[in-house]
Amino acid sequence: MFDLKDLYQEVIIDHSKRPRHFGKLAGQNREAEGYNPLCGDRLTVELIVEDGIVKDAAFEGAGCAISTASASLMTDMVRGKTEAEAQALFRQFQSLVTRNDPPTEDELLELEKLAALAGVRAFPSRVKCATLAWHTLSAALDRRNAPVKTE
Amino acid sequence: MTAPAPARKNPDAGVFDARRAREDFPILKTAAHGKPLVFLDSAASAQKPRQVIDAVAHVYEAEYANIHRGVYELSERTTAAFEDAREKIRAFLNAREAREIIFVRGATEAINLVAQSFGRAFLKEGDEIVLSALEHHSNIVPWQILRDMTGIVLRVAPVNDAGEIEMEAYEKLLNARTRLVAIAHVSNAIGTVTPIREIIRLAHAKGVPVLVDGCQAVPHQKVDLQALDCDFYAFSGHKLYGPSGIGVLYGKAEHLEAMPPYQGGGDMIRSVTFEKTDFNVIPHKFEAGTPHIAGAIGLGAAIDYLEGLGLADIAAHEQALLQHATARLSQVEGLRIVGTAAEKSSILSFTLAAAHPHDIGTILDGEGIAIRTGHHCAQPLMDRFCVAATARASFGLYNTTEDADALAEGLRKVLEIFG
Ligand SMILES: Cc1ncc(COP(=O)(O)O)c(C=O)c1O
Repeated sequence: MFDLKDLYQEVIIDHSKRPRHFGKLAGQNREAEGYNPLCGDRLTVELIVEDGIVKDAAFEGAGCAISTASASLMTDMVRGKTEAEAQALFRQFQSLVTRNDPPTEDELLELEKLAALAGVRAFPSRVKCATLAWHTLSAALDRRNAPVKTE
Repeated sequence: MTAPAPARKNPDAGVFDARRAREDFPILKTAAHGKPLVFLDSAASAQKPRQVIDAVAHVYEAEYANIHRGVYELSERTTAAFEDAREKIRAFLNAREAREIIFVRGATEAINLVAQSFGRAFLKEGDEIVLSALEHHSNIVPWQILRDMTGIVLRVAPVNDAGEIEMEAYEKLLNARTRLVAIAHVSNAIGTVTPIREIIRLAHAKGVPVLVDGCQAVPHQKVDLQALDCDFYAFSGHKLYGPSGIGVLYGKAEHLEAMPPYQGGGDMIRSVTFEKTDFNVIPHKFEAGTPHIAGAIGLGAAIDYLEGLGLADIAAHEQALLQHATARLSQVEGLRIVGTAAEKSSILSFTLAAAHPHDIGTILDGEGIAIRTGHHCAQPLMDRFCVAATARASFGLYNTTEDADALAEGLRKVLEIFG
């Protein structure tokens, strides 16, 4: 069950060290702040949403490798998706890392690069790290402005 | 293995033998992820020796009934064991009288008790309480709740870059409006041992009473309450190798007698009518309801255990271990020790340039090494050092140089993954 290599895959290490879409987004029209009270990590997600489509996404903040890589992969993945698709991806990702059954091959294919985070399932204390950016994205899409917490 | 060594060059040898003491702790023989457990999180909660586990089991097997109530023999025996534990704690801390020892759930409840009883009865708008930047949330939030109820003002004594309280600044905070000082004896997050005697002396010179959060001091040094002369002292049993859910508030009798009850209920009364209630004498006035009976007796057993080993020897062992671990960790690339006070308890807080504390914690866990990562319930202190979190290794009486070496090796593994 417990294999560090499942958790710290190359993709994760790479995205944690060189996060994509990191920083402020000029012309953003949605944003939300996320906070993980367990570790004190904070991040903000900024979006440009036009005609119901996420045109651009970026994030900023300091966090562990899992939360940074997850945010980096997420901002990569949601660009070009409709708001509904982005929310659906959030639910799919959350299910991937929180439920008991392992993911199917089809599911992993569908999740593309996000599948690299499937290993988080085996580390319950790290699930919040992996989902922080997603909760924040979801709040930004819903225009919920109060900072979201993972607890 | 038991031969006494003259100098404490090797922390594992000497009068106190940590390797032998380890044998008393059944959990240290268990595995974590298939590796031998290396437990370096005693500051969060210490493991329990067989002697404590057996004492608690004995209560439920042979000596259990409610206390202070039954006229029957069993209840009297349980009451005697419970009150014996109170006396052991009094003697252990050299308090004047056993009635100055109040059983509570833990340090958190002890501090809330003082805030709500002493604070609400005697403090009013504009009065000031002095805290320090080192405090655990449980010595901050109760005072904020009191502030929001009464309009008191909280003042904070700053710490320097080493994590030591700036005593001149502290002294300046004491003024005619100061009604209480509430400061930790030892910082749980970075290990600083505060100059608590001096803190108390300066406050008393201005007629200000002092509450000491002794959670992290009691397990690692001999505490003499009469020598300290503090007004309140709080600690938790579970950090002292005793059960969780039991702790102690010491208060000088003159304060406790003047203070109103904290909670109402059974045991804390003399007589009740719907018109009027006569409160019981201390300590019972502050012990409403059925307490954690087995917990108190277990805490007494923990104190017997520690006195059997000798607290001074335990402290010498832990100090040698701290030095060894500090030297080993200082060689790890990119490692920064947070908290470098001249006087420190066996707590090592650190960050790595290459990895976040959470990732360090997970990778070490894979090696069977348990450390704490996060803000250690001391967020203002983390802000002071401009970190969101640290990794913290804390050493107890059962830790050895091998544990410290395992930690250093584990960090090498972290660097491999994040290299
Ligand atoms: C310095 C300090 N104060 C207070 C507390 C609170 O203790 P408890 O949670 O046992 O009430 C702790 C424990 O984490 C501590 O280390």
